[in-house]
Amino acid sequence: MIIGLDVGGTHTDVVLLDKDGLIKDIKVPTDETNLFQTVLSGIEQISKNIKPKAIERIVLSTTLTTNAIVQGQAPDFGMIVLAGPGIDPEAFRTHEHYYPIRGALDHRGRETEPIDMEQLKYVTRKLKSAGIRHVGVVGKFSARNPIHEQKVRDALRKSFRKVFLGHWISGSLNFPRRIATTFLNASVYPLHKKFFEAVQKSLDSKGMRIPIHVLKADGGTMSLESSMNYPGQTILSGPAASIMGAIPFCEKGEEVIVLDIGGTTTDIGVVLNQVPVLEPVGIELAGHKTLIRALKTTSVGLGGDSVLALADGRLKIGPGRRGRAMAFGGPEPTPTDALRILDKITTGDQQKALAGMQELAARMEMSVAQAAEHIYQHFCGEVVRHATALVDEINSKPLYTVREYLEGYTVRPNKILVLGGPAPCFARELELISGIPTMVVPKWGVANAMGAAFARTTSEVTLFADTQRGILTAPEENFFDKITSSFSREDAVKKTLALLKKKALGRGASEADLEMEVVENLQFNMVRGFSAAGRNIRIKAQVVPGLISGYDVIARKLTAEMAMQAEASNVC
Amino acid sequence: MLKAKRKTGLVFFPAFDWAIDPTHPEREERLLYTQDQALEEGLFDIEGLVEFKSDLVTEADVSRVHFCVPNVAAVMTESHFISAGSAKRIGVAVMNKEIVNGFALVRPPGHHAKRVVHGARGFCNVNIEAIMIEYLRTFHKVKKVAIVDTDCHHGDGTQDIYWHDPDTLFISIHQDGRTLYPGSGFPEEMGGPNAAGRTLNIPLPPRTSEDGFLHIIENVVLPVLKDFKPDIIVNSAGQDNHYSDPLTDMNFSAQGYARLTELLKPDIAVLEGGYSIEGALPYVNVGIILAMAGVDYSKVKEPGYDPEAIRQSANVTTQIERIGDAVLELWQQRDSLTEQRQAGKEFEERTNRIFYDTDGIYETQHETIRICRKCGGALRIDSSSDRGNRILAVHIPLFACDACKATGHKWYDEADVSQYRKVFLQNRPDDEYLEKKG
Repeated sequence: MIIGLDVGGTHTDVVLLDKDGLIKDIKVPTDETNLFQTVLSGIEQISKNIKPKAIERIVLSTTLTTNAIVQGQAPDFGMIVLAGPGIDPEAFRTHEHYYPIRGALDHRGRETEPIDMEQLKYVTRKLKSAGIRHVGVVGKFSARNPIHEQKVRDALRKSFRKVFLGHWISGSLNFPRRIATTFLNASVYPLHKKFFEAVQKSLDSKGMRIPIHVLKADGGTMSLESSMNYPGQTILSGPAASIMGAIPFCEKGEEVIVLDIGGTTTDIGVVLNQVPVLEPVGIELAGHKTLIRALKTTSVGLGGDSVLALADGRLKIGPGRRGRAMAFGGPEPTPTDALRILDKITTGDQQKALAGMQELAARMEMSVAQAAEHIYQHFCGEVVRHATALVDEINSKPLYTVREYLEGYTVRPNKILVLGGPAPCFARELELISGIPTMVVPKWGVANAMGAAFARTTSEVTLFADTQRGILTAPEENFFDKITSSFSREDAVKKTLALLKKKALGRGASEADLEMEVVENLQFNMVRGFSAAGRNIRIKAQVVPGLISGYDVIARKLTAEMAMQAEASNVC
Repeated sequence: MLKAKRKTGLVFFPAFDWAIDPTHPEREERLLYTQDQALEEGLFDIEGLVEFKSDLVTEADVSRVHFCVPNVAAVMTESHFISAGSAKRIGVAVMNKEIVNGFALVRPPGHHAKRVVHGARGFCNVNIEAIMIEYLRTFHKVKKVAIVDTDCHHGDGTQDIYWHDPDTLFISIHQDGRTLYPGSGFPEEMGGPNAAGRTLNIPLPPRTSEDGFLHIIENVVLPVLKDFKPDIIVNSAGQDNHYSDPLTDMNFSAQGYARLTELLKPDIAVLEGGYSIEGALPYVNVGIILAMAGVDYSKVKEPGYDPEAIRQSANVTTQIERIGDAVLELWQQRDSLTEQRQAGKEFEERTNRIFYDTDGIYETQHETIRICRKCGGALRIDSSSDRGNRILAVHIPLFACDACKATGHKWYDEADVSQYRKVFLQNRPDDEYLEKKG
């Protein structure tokens, strides 16, 4: 059995699954001020009367690191960057303890300026005297050659407790993002470590020795142990859980928009042929542009509990939330009250909803019922507008080869899947507005937690071969080798896949779920002085985000159950 | 987070799967390290720097500029359609005010492509700047255009296309034609009788460095632009004046290119040549992009850059100052020069011999221009190549007067089709492109 747990802004959803289906699902209120208690009580409640031994693993998707970053607490660690020529590194300053030092590599990883060791010594003294114990070191082009970062680490080792290196986080080029990501990793590390060690300790003390996996922003998981060097990868795992929760209901060949309509936000993503669309570079959070691999999602402040306002006579929904709907004792009318007034939901106090809506309706110069209908339609229209914008953005991605251009692939969604608490109330209207067939995901209220539970372990490897220099490197994997001039593109692909397999297994993947894919495969003849000097090969491969094997049975079962329920119930 | 002072657009189309041939300078690898540098610098994350998807031109877009022999499709590859289309994308974005200025960082280049195209010359098949400009003139109400070509090679293709056009100011700054392909671009080449002085050639001696280029920009180009008052400024931004370029003999730098861009303030820049793909392009391109966006570029320098080591000699400085003064004088006399060239003539004829070095084709042209004081003048080109293709091409300029329109139509209607493989009419006022065969 697997436990999936997804912390949301309003509720935390928890499910217990096995190969035969969903055994149990619960919702516990999220206490942002005490996530530890929220997570622990979720796990305890779902596993009541279950033998711990029967549980293979727990997959957690929390808002811990996301919240910490959004709140932007000033971290007490140092950043040392080696920029070389280009944009002034001052432009990428992260915080007070940020020191650019001299030392540079070029685009092929060749040293063009040695590290200024005297300057490094000075910076070390400064950081130590400020009482700093953790340091991040980032060099320009370290994804091509980490030698400078490693040399700096070696020099710092005795002075600091933990040193984070930029080339660990990604094989992709982007120095400012490498700085930002290393900064985030280092800043959330103490919090992440403390939190998960506490969770593990509590479970252990209750005799629940269950492996913990953490959901990442790319919709894959990693073992708790391997998350310690990359805690930043756990940011924004919530939207990823939602998209993964919809994948069992995406068919081959379909182009699907996934909508998770929650209390505070609606998360939007796209799934093509059962594979979620990824961000081309990395996720952005609270102004930090990172190299953290992530699903391409948009979170918009449109939810069941969103605030309603009139600006210049026009209705505005969200982005904030001031509490629950009035039908549930909240302070202000919300879209959920509109649903209650329109009888699209039957829970909650309709009188309170009606009373609460009166003032707004009067200002809108409508009857309460008209206002409710207007709010409802406006809400759906806004969701569709944001979804369309996301698809347009995916379609406007720049292309760098003639072949890609001529293939001219354009996403044209042919299905919408909706999940989240109020999903069934919106599906029909969303279909009318968008003109795209829209379906509700079975167990829509907890599908996100199921997505977390089903997600497979993902990884990515970037390999770089330069036959002129005779080097083969994957700095992120700490892999360096010598090659001869006969080293081929096929050899490079083979090596990349071998490294990827090793990495994924190390991060907690099982052999059965290693669906690997080469996502970049480029070879350039390097010509110097009108004759061939060598080849420059770049390979990137990933474990495709997706579900662990065996999920399909559950998906079929849930779909059948839902069809039966739909006949029995006429809600929405 | 870095912010652009001006909203700047970029189309990056490195055509990673297209080459003239595998070891040709114009090959797949050319913009690879520029891409590496741009990605590593995080350029695409600068707020206000927008990357657009590349676009395509249509055959009609090409026909506004060129007479292609035997037809458009035959002289173009997919990559040319995309490269020209990407320049057009930037132009349209500027006109629509999506961006303030923009850079088409694309290949293959185009500034050696002339009005008649029998094949490729100087690595160019079609003129991507001209295709963009004529598109903007047709659909975005642009009239007066200044093109400043800062490639190290004379922009002879662009010069040919706008030779007779008084509404286009073409300035080419390049290494002296006596020392470099294509061997043209002397001050005496100053435009046809209807547009004398609207073509300005500024040949610079080998080993010109930052001081020389910036002297010319500040003392010749900027004053001329101020007089001309163009609707838009286009920069054919070749990067082969760089001190490390393998095909040329100049001493320009990334800092110099960035400063040049900052002074020139082009609305639209289009990449032309530049073949020092590791030592120059990564830094020059980053410098140009930052300068266009108004972001500090003071630390964008080539590894090992030493301004003293590449500084031009006093003798070079003197030569540059002299040529600058001469060109400025030409510009100031443009109206009287036009009058002299037009006096007493109804038509002017000239013969052009053109060598297509990339494809090894020889072309001979007999050109007739109607002398006109109201417009660019009806133009007729009788062109034959050593491949046996003879065509007759008639061009009626976009802002043609009635008399030139009538002359153009008459030439086309009365052409003896039996003499030619094809007879073309480029009727710009009606945006109509006709051809007929015997």
